[in-house]
Order: sequence, then C-alpha cells, then structure tokens
Amino acid sequence: MSILVDRTTRVVVQGITGRDGSFHTQQMIEYGTKIVAGVTPGKGGESVGGVPVFDTMIEAVHHTGANTSVVYVPPRFAVDALYEAADSGIKLVICITEGVPADDMLKVNRYFEVAGVRLVGPNCPGVISPGVCKVGIMPGPIHKRGPVGVVSRSGTLTYEVVHHLTGAGLGQSTCIGIGGDPIIGMRFIDILTLFEHDRQTKAVVLIGEIGGNDEEVAAEYIQRQMTKPVVAFIAGRTAPPGKRMGHAGAIITGSSGTAAEKIAAFRAAGVEVAESPSEIPEIVAAELKGRAVRQKARVVAIPPLASRVAAKKRPTRTISRKPRKSGIAKKARAKSKPKAVPTARRKPAGRTPKRRSKR
Amino acid sequence: MKIHEYQSREIFSSAGIPVPQGRVATTAIEARAIATEIGGTVVIKAQVHVGGRGKAGGVKLARTPAEAEQHATKILGMSIRGLTVRRILVAEAVQIASEAYVGVVVDRALRRPVLIVSAAGGVEIEDVAKRSPEKIVKLPLDPLLSFQPFQARRIAYAIYDTPEVIHQTSDLIARLVNLFWEQDCTLVEINPLVVTPDDRVIAVDAKINFDDNALWRHPDWETLRDPDSELDSEVDARANDLSFVKLEGTIGCVVNGAGLAMATMDLVKRYGAEPANFLDIGGSSNPRKVIAAMRIILKDHSVRAILFNIFGGITRCDDVARGILQAIKELKPTVPIVVRLTGTNEREARRILEDIHLPVAASMDAVVRQAIELAVKAA
Repeated sequence: MSILVDRTTRVVVQGITGRDGSFHTQQMIEYGTKIVAGVTPGKGGESVGGVPVFDTMIEAVHHTGANTSVVYVPPRFAVDALYEAADSGIKLVICITEGVPADDMLKVNRYFEVAGVRLVGPNCPGVISPGVCKVGIMPGPIHKRGPVGVVSRSGTLTYEVVHHLTGAGLGQSTCIGIGGDPIIGMRFIDILTLFEHDRQTKAVVLIGEIGGNDEEVAAEYIQRQMTKPVVAFIAGRTAPPGKRMGHAGAIITGSSGTAAEKIAAFRAAGVEVAESPSEIPEIVAAELKGRAVRQKARVVAIPPLASRVAAKKRPTRTISRKPRKSGIAKKARAKSKPKAVPTARRKPAGRTPKRRSKR
Repeated sequence: MKIHEYQSREIFSSAGIPVPQGRVATTAIEARAIATEIGGTVVIKAQVHVGGRGKAGGVKLARTPAEAEQHATKILGMSIRGLTVRRILVAEAVQIASEAYVGVVVDRALRRPVLIVSAAGGVEIEDVAKRSPEKIVKLPLDPLLSFQPFQARRIAYAIYDTPEVIHQTSDLIARLVNLFWEQDCTLVEINPLVVTPDDRVIAVDAKINFDDNALWRHPDWETLRDPDSELDSEVDARANDLSFVKLEGTIGCVVNGAGLAMATMDLVKRYGAEPANFLDIGGSSNPRKVIAAMRIILKDHSVRAILFNIFGGITRCDDVARGILQAIKELKPTVPIVVRLTGTNEREARRILEDIHLPVAASMDAVVRQAIELAVKAA
C-alpha cells in the first residue's frame, strides 16, 4: 500500500488547458496515473491528450468517477477552483499553485474541514507513490518503489533527498510535498499519522524548514504516538530573522520558527536530525535495521485516545500483529526504554501479549 | 510586505479608526511647520521598518515648534539598526490615562486569525506574553463567520470598565478586524491604544503587514512600498522575479527552489564558509533569469566564488547551462564559478559547460566544497 494516492486514484486536472496543466497532464499519464478528466470553464467538450475536458467539476466527477483533483489554476482563480473541488464530491485535492493569498487559505481550510475533504498544498510539488501513481510536478524517474515515506515543505529539496535515497537503494512508499506557504492543508502530523498506519512504510523522512511550528508539533506526535522511525532534516540554519526565504512560510518571526528550535525539538523527541541531505540514506538504513527490535519494544505503549480512535477506523498492524518470537520481544523490552508516553496511559507491559493472543 | 506607521495611520483613519492628528515630514523645516499647525506638544517618530525605535532615540517629545525642528534634525539621517531614517512622523502628543494593546495576527498553528488584546499596552507584546501571560486575552476568529458585535464587546469588557470607553473600543475593534480581512493583512496592530483623561479612545501607533501573495488584488500597495527600505539588489531581484536575500558571506549561491537554496546555504556554513546570499531562480529556466541572478551576485564585492546548484525537474538543466554561458559572455565575471546540475537534460547541460571549461561538480556536497576551495584560493 501507500498513502493518499494509489491504484484506485482517478484524477481530474483543474486547469488542464493551461500551459502547466497540459504539460503535466501528459507527464502524469506517461507515469501511469489514471487521468480521467480535466476542467476548464468554457472549454467543455474539448480534449487534452485524449482526456475529456468539462466546464464544471460536478460534471467531471459525475461522468468519470474522479476521486482526486489536482489544481494548476493560476493564483487569481485557484481559490474558486478549490471551493469547486470541495463541493464536487472529490475527497482529495492537491493544489500545485503558488501565490494563493493566506487570508483565502484560512477560509478554504475551514471549508474543507467542514466538508471533510483533504487538501494538500498549495504551493507544493504534489504526491507520488512511486511506480503506481504520480499527481503533481515532481520528476518521476528519480523515484523508486520501497519502504520509505517522505514528507516535505519543499520541492526541489525533496527531489534532492529522494535522489539520494534511490541512489542508496532505498525506495519510497509515498512522497508528499505539503507546500511552502504559511497556511496549508494537510500538515506534517496529518501525513505522519497516515504513514504510521501504512503497511508499506517502514520509516519516514521529514524535511522541514524555518517558520511556524509544525515541526515542533510533529516532534511531539512522533515521541508520543509513532512506532516507526523518523529521520528529519531542517533547512534554513543560516537564514536571518525577519526575511522571507523564497517560500511565503519560510520566515523567522521575532525569535520563533528558527531551525535551531526545530532541530532541538526533534532531538528531544529522539528523532535523528541529518546535518546534510546526503547523510539521510545512511541514517534511514540504520534506523530500518534497528527497527524490528525497537518496534517490538514500543508495542507496549498504548497510544492515547486520539490515535486509538484513528486506529479503530483503520486497524494498524503494529497493534494487532502477533509477535513471532516473543522471547526476543521480551528481551528487547527489558533492554530499551519504551518511548515516553504519559504514564497514566501506559498499560502494564504484561497485558499486551495476552490481548494479542486472544485475537 | 511592511509599510510605515504614517501609511498605516492613513489606512486606519480611512477605516474610521481614530488616530492623532499628524503628518509625515522629510525635512526639519517641514517638521516645524507641521508642529506649528498642530499646536501644543508633538511627538516626532522615526519611520523605519524595525522595532525598538524609542530605545534607539528615534521617538522624541517636542513642546514647541522650535524644539520639533531640533529633534527632527537629529532624528533624520540617524541610523536605527542599520536603517537610515529618511522620514519622520510629526503627530499630536495625546494625553494618556491608560494604554492597551490590540492586534489581529494570523496564527499559523491554529490556521485562524487571532484577536489579541492586553490591558498592558505600550510595551512589547512578546515581553508581556512571556512575563505575565494572564494579562493577554486571545480570541481566535472563525474565517467563515463575519465579525460579530458580541466578540468586540467581549474583548472591550476584558480590558475596560467605563461604558463610554467600551462602546468606542467595540466599534474600533470591529473596524480593525474588517480592515484585516479587506486589506489582506497578515498583521494589524495598535500599540498603544490610548484612553485619554476625557475618555476618548485613540490608536496612537499603527502597524500593518500585508500578505505578498495578495499583491495582485491590491495594485495600490506598490505605491506604499518604500524603496529606501530595500537594498538595490533586492529591488533588482524582485523586478526579475527572483527570490533574493543578501547575506554577509563570500559564497554566492544560485539555486532552484527555496528549500534547496536554504539547504545549500546551510551546507556552505557547514563546510566552513558563509553564504553571500539566498537566491531562488524559481521553476522556470529562462536564461534571462540566470543572467540577472549572476549580475546581482557579482555586484556584491565580498563574493569570492559563485556556485550553481540546480536540481532539474520542470527546470531544464540545459536551459540553465545556456543561461550561464550567456551570462559569462555578457558579464565576464572574474570570480570562479562552480556548477552542479542534476536531472532533466543534464547530459546536454554538461556538454555546453565543458565547451567553456567550467568545473562541473557531481553532487551538492561537492559543489559547495569546490566553491569554498576556489574562494580560498582566490582570496
């Protein structure tokens, strides 16, 4: 499996007749993505590279069964396109467009929340599950199918990291660019939750940067609730305060949002932080090796309520899997400390295997 | 985008938020004239885009027009945290009974604007937040709900108890929140919000930050931009659609993508040198952009070497290589240049660069190390 996009993904391209929209539609089709429709108001009835174009999203979804939209619409019209997507019955919207006003994104996010629609972006490269489905603008050939989940606020920096991973023989389950704006849809913590529950993903690489505190929130989540290893990289150690570093969201305000703070938060949560992108594969490989032992040790920690609710919807293997060699698991448990979890919520170690054997 | 206090005041005023009488001046003579016109005590305030103006001596009271002229002479041309003061605001000095803080700011974590008020105004709100957080009232605003009178009342009652003052404050806060939405602000702030001894509520300071992404909706913002507050190189970069930030180091960096650009700067530091700039040429591979990038960097005389770090995706490496070729022809740089190009049309790009014997590095780490070595040699 993978997260967000897979074999069942049927894509409608919003802004398909534009320069970027038509170019990337071709690229996505070549990669094997099922592009079932395009939407450009006023161009209904035309076709782009064999893909039927509709005037409205509701028609496109009705006629083609599209379940995911990707938005290449210019900033002026992007917000309207996002609302239209949310209203059409689509469940996942990926917005590539850069330059959407923050005030609009505040409203859009609230609307998506109410409508129960997922949003990735804006100002992002999109989502790719290598070898299966690519929805966005990233170069397909640098990716390779495998066990590493990648989530990032950046575009080309993600390509750089993926390039290193693939070069080291470490394929990816899904790579997600969540976007470089201050107000985005899905954030690190949302993606990490999906990776935690995804069978294919065995380790996660998180690429953050200066600005905001999503990395700090992620660090806390990893410490409390994740069993899978996460390796982090933070860009912008040398960025001066008060200056926007390209991305609208990459700005240190006052003394908050610095790389140092984020790195410290990850290290405090037991997450290894790479010093350079080229170091990442080595750390990931080491984490993957050490993982089997550690994961068994962590199973004793019952996650707090929020993730148990999530786990009910989509049962995770981590909790339900029967340990093959309980002797090793016990030993590991005795050796390595379980991850810090509020003690009140931690069940006695002895109970977990019992529960499992009942199943 | 930041604008000056005197500009923010005008926007406040046209939104119906009371501000003290006053005007901007660029000379001491002008300042004197404005002070005469206002009559009584005036305050002279330096107009620069940094905080801590008062501490730096950029805010002074003047009892007479002559004194106003004296202070203006001193403040104009003074340097506050590296910025030269070219404009001053001359405004009526308001009698103060109490000072409060009112602001609306986008809270990234909550993904909502938050209305923040504090009865402890006139000081840095970050300091109040640290020392006595109980003095701060925060009200997250639902972006899909227009601002309601009860919300304004709730805030007004939290800091005042005189009915007349509460009435005025509620009205002012509602106007401020509407201004925040209408003008695509990322921050609006009044610090201090003053209550006078005769119970008038006045915004004695005014601060507005605009969202750069909404510039297309507000063409009038261009006229508010202060060219003096930006470096020539930054203005040049913006005109060429490049993201550029000048730094203090010696290694010039040309990169595609903001994240990769930051990571490249960090790597320069890691290998023992300092980056001269942040520069993102963006997704397009227009050769003109590459030439503009090189020209801007070459103007900085502390630059000892320039590195290119390009990860081709939408950006085509051969286009960038052609840009580099053309830039070298046009600009004839004397500092060494090292290039790393990976991705779309990489092979063609290498061929182009080999013809002019430009060193091509195999990786990001390699290009950074080579650039530093060459910079050391050149120095």
